[in-house]
Amino acid sequence: MSRTVRLCLILGLVIVAALAAAVMIGETGFDGAQYAAAFSDPTSGPWEVLWQVRAPRAVCALMVGAALGLAGAVMQGLLRNPLADPGVLGVSATAALGAALAIVLGGAGVTGVVEMSALVGAAAAGGLLIAASGLMRAPEALILFGVALSSFAGAATALIFNLSPSPIAQAEVMSWLLGSVQNRSWVDVAWVTPAVVVAAVFAGLSAGGLRMLTLGDEGAAASGLSMGRVRAFALIAAAVATGAAVAVAGVIGFVGLAAPHLVRAAVRGDPGRILAPSALAGGLMLVVADLLARLTPTDQELKLGVFTALIGAPLFALIAWRAAREWRL
Amino acid sequence: MSLLSLNAVRARIGRERVLDGVSLTVSAGEVVALCGPNGAGKSSVIRAAAGLLAVESGRVRLGDDDISRLSPRQRAERLSYLPQERRIAWNLPAVEVSALGAPFLAGEAALDRAKEALLAVGAGHLADRGVAEMSGGERARVLLARALVVDAPLLLADEPTAGLDPDAQRLVLEQLRARSRAAAGVLVSLHDLTLAAAFADRVVVLDGGRIVADAAPLDALAQPVLRQVFGLDGTWIEGPDGPLLAARRVQ
Repeated sequence: MSRTVRLCLILGLVIVAALAAAVMIGETGFDGAQYAAAFSDPTSGPWEVLWQVRAPRAVCALMVGAALGLAGAVMQGLLRNPLADPGVLGVSATAALGAALAIVLGGAGVTGVVEMSALVGAAAAGGLLIAASGLMRAPEALILFGVALSSFAGAATALIFNLSPSPIAQAEVMSWLLGSVQNRSWVDVAWVTPAVVVAAVFAGLSAGGLRMLTLGDEGAAASGLSMGRVRAFALIAAAVATGAAVAVAGVIGFVGLAAPHLVRAAVRGDPGRILAPSALAGGLMLVVADLLARLTPTDQELKLGVFTALIGAPLFALIAWRAAREWRL
Repeated sequence: MSLLSLNAVRARIGRERVLDGVSLTVSAGEVVALCGPNGAGKSSVIRAAAGLLAVESGRVRLGDDDISRLSPRQRAERLSYLPQERRIAWNLPAVEVSALGAPFLAGEAALDRAKEALLAVGAGHLADRGVAEMSGGERARVLLARALVVDAPLLLADEPTAGLDPDAQRLVLEQLRARSRAAAGVLVSLHDLTLAAAFADRVVVLDGGRIVADAAPLDALAQPVLRQVFGLDGTWIEGPDGPLLAARRVQ
């Protein structure tokens, strides 16, 4: 059994345990009889809490985390930069802009409009990045383009927030920007899952090329692989995964950055083999983070995006410090 | 028949003309060294030969085929390219880096070939070590092994000896020589004129994107060329391992 498969199996087992904990543990405590009812009586309150509230929320966190972990691994491989994440190239910010625009235009009342707008935003960012990657081969140039795109989308979102006449819409936009999987249902799971599968297929198609990019652009270009196609597939994977994550849960930072680092040593740095473990690690991280956010005793439930940022910011500093020492950037 | 032929190739990078009517050939079993000062166009010739530099006019052919008409895979089957860039983005084990030279072989077959190539360049003991933990010379050997993993008929190496100690420089060039003895054609850019004279069958001297000389080493690097292109006042003397250049800067 290969090292990567073994790692995925271990992560899969831990995810099952984390999902079980996320379903069984919550603010509302149950006794033995109530847990028994939750597994036997679909008309009971405990059944409703476990299978219609906690379970879809936990699975949603898993899928969103997996999408972000996958997108982070793809971007780090594509840009050959251990500090890249889905936010760096502006896909998250552009997806959030799409969602914010839909909310202030009244789309929040219609099922799926906000989610679709976020996906359209991510697709627009992905299209721009694919076009840019054809013109600018140097990863640094693509990162700068992404930073510009991210800044522009952030400014446009702030402008929409600023000019919105409705305080309700403003609150909804703010809630979206903070990121959460609270009150997500099986419908949301059904939304995000196919997108993650599509992103995984495109990421898988780009895996060999991402590995080849280890040698730099010229070495990869002379390898015999079609690097234009590799770049396009990688950007499609990152855009679809990030767009789906933002569409369902809003903006959640640092998972895409941190997940690949948790598993990189186990796959010996291979940017192709890291994709699946990174997705699983991202999913696991978000299931655990959401459980911790739920269980943190505060008057208002902590927003997941805030929680991951609070943990992620020091982690980012640590990664940057280690990267400067180890990776000879 | 030539494995590689450049015919009146002109190319620019941005606004700067880097190649101006370059014509040369590389045949099977031949080591051709590209020499010239910094900015002469050595890397540009190699990149054009690898299909990585867009040609403004002229033709680059691999055998009978125009390189622009070959797919990336067809090019990779005909040539192996060792770039000047030695940065390796991730801390992969040496054997995995070497195996990147054979992307179309199945995993195990590629790893077996990679191990053989590492042994050939004297880096078999490094196979499992991460490349970020290696010295520049060790990494250069690993990258050379990557270029040698497949038996491409044409090998293009851009300053493969830069930054290496004398022993490692000779090891690299001996590997290229061995590849030419196995009927491959080798085009290599070198700054060290003594090494070029010792290892190449032919030397092509470039200056300002143009070919100044293309002949047997000591003819191509004769006194007028040394003076005009390199600013050296020198003579070739017979050393124990081949010709040695004794030179001083022209005042």
